[in-house]
Amino acid sequence: MASAGPSPGTHAGESEPRSTGASTDQPSYGFPAGFWRALERRRPPGFGRRPLWRSPLRGPWLTSMFGAALLVSLPLVIITGLLDYIAYGPRFGQAIPANVGWLHLPYFDWPTRPAWLFRLTEGLHVLLGIVLIPVVLAKLWSVVPKLFVWPPARSLAQVVERLSLVLLVGGILFELVTGVLNIQYDYVFRFNFYPAHYFGAWVFIGALVVHVAVKLPTMVRALRSRSLRAELRTGLADTRPEPADASGLVAADPTPPTLSRRGVLALVGGGSLLLAALSVGQTIDGVPRRAAVLLPRGRSYGDGPNDFQVNKTAAAAGLRSSDLGSGWRLSLTGGPRPVELDRAALLAMSQHTAELPIACVEGWSTTQIWTGVRLADLATLAGVPTPGAAHVRSVQVGGFNQTTLQRNQALDPDALLALRVNGADLSPNHGYPARIIVPALPGVHNTKWVKSIEFRSA
Amino acid sequence: MRRILARWTAFYGANPLHLLALLACLALAGYAALLVSSDPLAVRMLLWFLAALIGHDLVLFPLYALADRSLSGLLSRLPRARTATRPTVSPLNYLRIPALGSGLLLLVFLPGIVRQGAVTYLDATGLTQEPFLARWLLLTGTMFGVSAVLYAIRLGAARRTGPRPAD
Repeated sequence: MASAGPSPGTHAGESEPRSTGASTDQPSYGFPAGFWRALERRRPPGFGRRPLWRSPLRGPWLTSMFGAALLVSLPLVIITGLLDYIAYGPRFGQAIPANVGWLHLPYFDWPTRPAWLFRLTEGLHVLLGIVLIPVVLAKLWSVVPKLFVWPPARSLAQVVERLSLVLLVGGILFELVTGVLNIQYDYVFRFNFYPAHYFGAWVFIGALVVHVAVKLPTMVRALRSRSLRAELRTGLADTRPEPADASGLVAADPTPPTLSRRGVLALVGGGSLLLAALSVGQTIDGVPRRAAVLLPRGRSYGDGPNDFQVNKTAAAAGLRSSDLGSGWRLSLTGGPRPVELDRAALLAMSQHTAELPIACVEGWSTTQIWTGVRLADLATLAGVPTPGAAHVRSVQVGGFNQTTLQRNQALDPDALLALRVNGADLSPNHGYPARIIVPALPGVHNTKWVKSIEFRSA
Repeated sequence: MRRILARWTAFYGANPLHLLALLACLALAGYAALLVSSDPLAVRMLLWFLAALIGHDLVLFPLYALADRSLSGLLSRLPRARTATRPTVSPLNYLRIPALGSGLLLLVFLPGIVRQGAVTYLDATGLTQEPFLARWLLLTGTMFGVSAVLYAIRLGAARRTGPRPAD
């Protein structure tokens, strides 16, 4: 794809900085040349006035530094995001959106090992997404003169490329806005977050791939134009603008610098570090947790056995104490005849303890010590010792009240119907009387307030 | 072949591969839009997509650029009489950097700070968003405070090393 770069010297190089002193060059026009010339003469006020842009730091090298940082990190955000879609089990119809056509990674059975796999992919997706916000903003700041350049195009090629930039910039901003609102439970946009974020990502991915293909040669050339090591040794007093070129980024009439180039890099990096310090505690227990002071999952719930992060309270799930009291029964189906168990019968079965993380799509996670009955033992009891899948239902009414577990998830030795956590009975908010906990399973599929499990034969 | 390519390039403005790659990108976006179009609120999603773009390019960027230009303009117009005989260190970055930090936190953590989505927040966590505004103000105060201390140190150091030409 890298060969798709613009051919040399054909249009007054938006991306061809090889001709210095662009003002002396006669710009060339694609078809229809008369139209582009006429457009160029009809400049609306405020457009194409290069004196408007006066920062002495804007230039292809600085833009390429931000571009390179995003080029390295954005693929990680994209891959982890697409992996998380697979983690939800799209083949059981329980990933949202359900119909994604061809827009997905190849489907595979989400593994249960390592147990922190989903914690890693989801945590990385959300954390990196947050940390990249200053870099994205800096990248957009560095190229903003191009938004107001006049004429906006001199050829059809530039028109199509600008259209793709709408998808690129709109795409990244849309993904950041919806993601940042979602992790804070602010659904001000009112549409369903999942399809919006998922399909928005694909719009962005396509635009990103093409943007990289078109601009990669420009970026490499710009990065080679200055030495990073030398820039890191250059203080404010010696900071000069980058040489004027055809990129249109370098100010025609720059003001004296108030920050060095290394200062700007430090400022953007510092912004990212600040956000990282305030966000990493969403996924790491202990001291970092307390630093996540502005996010929902940095909050302290106290230090009791059940005092860890809740995702949906029993009250919000519409549960009454009568639903979860002595009348509660677990029914196991799928075998020759249904089996009903009360909580005492479950506690009388062989108990297994496992230290497992619970990780949610909002990017937070925590590790706790869970005790309960192995799902494999329940499958044997139900008369389906090697199930192909297990369908779990909750007492809860409404969304996310059921889930289908793959064979490997139902039969993992640490896959539990948990009755206790950290040595105490589960609290109602954590799924009393019984909840699912399976290694590397997305949090919302670790169904709480379980009422039935159907073991489906292979 | 070469002449055909040259004529194409003169017509279109770039290599044919440029057009193919961009058409692939637009087609992918169209396919994603088609898949999401069955969603009852698809139009709303499109509006938010455009609003994100306009909100950054025509609202957020002009606002912070204007604020920065006003700040540096204001500082350059401060009367110099009092400082003419003293060493000066521009306070610009000592104001700009904590302001940027505070603004960044406000931008990213706005929902908690202004208590937007209080009902879903309560349902999800069992807690309220009550502490966030105070915490953001404390963080903002800390950043400006640290900046003030650093400025005082710089100013003190500049005075000890004697006057330098005002910038």
